Amino acid sequence: MDVLKKVPVREQDAKERAANFSEVCLGYNEEEAREEASRCINCKNAQCVKGCPVAINIPAFIEQVKNGDTAEAYRIISESSALPAVCGRVCPQESQCEGKCIRGIKGDPISIGKLERFVADWAREQGLKPEGASEKKGKKVAVIGSGPAGLTCAGDLARMGYDVTIFEALHEPGGVLVYGIPEFRLPKKDVVAKEIENVKALGVKIETNVVIGKSVTIDQLISDEGFDAVFIGSGAGLPKFMGIPGENANGVFSANEYLTRSNLMKAFDENSNTPIMKSRKVAVVGGGNVAMDAARTALRLGAEVHIVYRRSEEELPARVEEVHHAREEGIIFDLLTNPTEIISDEKGWVTGMKCIRMELGEPDASGRRRPVEIPGSEFLMELDTVIMSLGTSPNPLISSTTEGLETNKWKCIVADEADGKTTKEGVYAGGDAVTGAATVILAMGAGKAAAKGIDEYLSR
Amino acid sequence: MYRIVKKKELTANIFLMDVEAKRVAENCQPGQFVIVRTDEEGERIPLTICDYDREKGTVTIVFQCVGAATKLMAGLNEGEGFRDFVGPLGRPSEMIGEPIEELKKKKLLFVAGGVGAAPVYPQVKWLHENGIDADVIVGSKTKELLILEKEMEEVAGNLYVTTDDGSYGRSGMVTQTLKDLVAEGKQYDLCVAIGPMIMMKFVCLLTKELNIPTIVSLNPIMVDGTGMCGACRVTVGGEVKFACVDGPEFDGHQVNFDEAMRRQQIYKTEEGRALLKLQEGDTHHGGCGNCTA
Repeated sequence: MDVLKKVPVREQDAKERAANFSEVCLGYNEEEAREEASRCINCKNAQCVKGCPVAINIPAFIEQVKNGDTAEAYRIISESSALPAVCGRVCPQESQCEGKCIRGIKGDPISIGKLERFVADWAREQGLKPEGASEKKGKKVAVIGSGPAGLTCAGDLARMGYDVTIFEALHEPGGVLVYGIPEFRLPKKDVVAKEIENVKALGVKIETNVVIGKSVTIDQLISDEGFDAVFIGSGAGLPKFMGIPGENANGVFSANEYLTRSNLMKAFDENSNTPIMKSRKVAVVGGGNVAMDAARTALRLGAEVHIVYRRSEEELPARVEEVHHAREEGIIFDLLTNPTEIISDEKGWVTGMKCIRMELGEPDASGRRRPVEIPGSEFLMELDTVIMSLGTSPNPLISSTTEGLETNKWKCIVADEADGKTTKEGVYAGGDAVTGAATVILAMGAGKAAAKGIDEYLSR
Repeated sequence: MYRIVKKKELTANIFLMDVEAKRVAENCQPGQFVIVRTDEEGERIPLTICDYDREKGTVTIVFQCVGAATKLMAGLNEGEGFRDFVGPLGRPSEMIGEPIEELKKKKLLFVAGGVGAAPVYPQVKWLHENGIDADVIVGSKTKELLILEKEMEEVAGNLYVTTDDGSYGRSGMVTQTLKDLVAEGKQYDLCVAIGPMIMMKFVCLLTKELNIPTIVSLNPIMVDGTGMCGACRVTVGGEVKFACVDGPEFDGHQVNFDEAMRRQQIYKTEEGRALLKLQEGDTHHGGCGNCTA
């Protein structure tokens, strides 16, 4: 065995998986996991832990995998994370724990994410549950949103002994884990639902179909329903469009709509009653993880799919692994290309998209080189579907109905990074509602910090 | 589960249900809508609120059985319930926020087409409870399809019923009755028109000519109903709006109805398949957002 090389993880064959919704990555078996774990040099001053937004004791759990005590490894991870099976699958480990791994200096870093996934999956198969609080605090906390921020915050507070109720606007709990990330990256029934069950096992109650700001306001929760503190983890918000001509034509969707239909409403499944457009040729505009998810979903529904992105490969905001998987499956990348108009037929159905070629100029405010149009390079892409994946802007439902809750110039809720404290007493916030669209693990980190902040506030 | 405490077939294929939904009943206002789901595999169906009882904690919905999803809804009986019932969604009617004294100075007209009588009813009722009697035109294809006539009569100032085929009340489209009323000397300061998109379009064309500001309530395709998906986008005054959070009511003279009608067609074929799966050979014209009300 070459200690510089990681144990490769088994995946579904690219051709095969391009036509199904089963999980792409198959994960390690016990033998592979132990072999990979044995590469860990158990650093005294572990850098990987510093790279983890929820500070899992990584060397300690890997040590237990090495020893074959997976139950103990699970207990160690559960101290810090309520969603290990999710994180092992969707965290950008390459820029976090694995990015800091000392092994990574000379060779491949330890596959921490895949090991975490192995431990979490094993624990689920064994029916292991995280341990709840032994003593109750007698105080009620409302958590708004059941996505990664809310679930983490709720789980941590329940473990401390608080009486926690999560309010979810949709009919299923899970937030972006359920409506956003596709089945082939994150199985819903076997992984997400089970992790939510684990959070419930800690004593957390979940009330679905409650739109905070409409069904009930935060002020009502505090004054009428006796909640002592509130955490807002309501997520990203309203999808952005480009503002180019033709964008309301039939066949132009937001990635949010497309993914929600397929993921939450299961439109990919023949038994679902929710429709999704059967496309022949699709352009997904944007280069983030959501764009990759939408593209790979459209591909599996039988379309030829192009990613249209105005910058170059290097600037693609999506994880390298996602781009790699998308390419393997046959997604075509039209980089340095920007749409200028969507063309439709006399009945309003999309027939094409006018684009212009771009080149990179001087760096802009984001530090990335600014894409500049190349004069005279316009061309027409013939297609029947365009999926806009340009990010989101905050949903004003909560901020506009909660007195004293400040937002910044981007309309995101203002909250202290260290403890999630907002400008309203007893109200905390974290995740995309505060930062704008980011990652699952960052939202979890914020949920964790806020749980600590809320505990300090309620212990005063 | 959200229990159905009352179910009534108003006329062939149009149903009224009182559903237990405490949070919605407590906080809803005329003009807002709910989203319902019958079962685990069900679509999310938006329906405008027809009435509510804050004390009993019930919300009244009215829907026409037009697609696979509404057929499943119609199959539910008293004592059974919806798996999901979420709301209130959207913004309340603008008049709810206006000072009553200001409203009293205005001559108000409501125009309801078909199942549109259901969302019109709570607004007229609210005005009535606040001492304002509005005129109401209710149009339906035939006498048999007319709904909520008695209820509307109790709360409206003047009620004008018209049927397309002349089988009851006045004869012809709602626009004809509106024209006639104005010709008879009636004057209106504000019109609220709710019904099929095509009806709202023609009412707006007419009221623009007559210089009567007009509010319409749109029911485009939507999924979540909270602003997250953007399926319900409509162009109003040249700007893109999300009907679920910016609406559902808009200035009818600014709405691009042709685009809105086109966008309702997006899933027609898929919906057709869904219905065929449920019951072969039936006709349909809705689903996933644009069924009824």
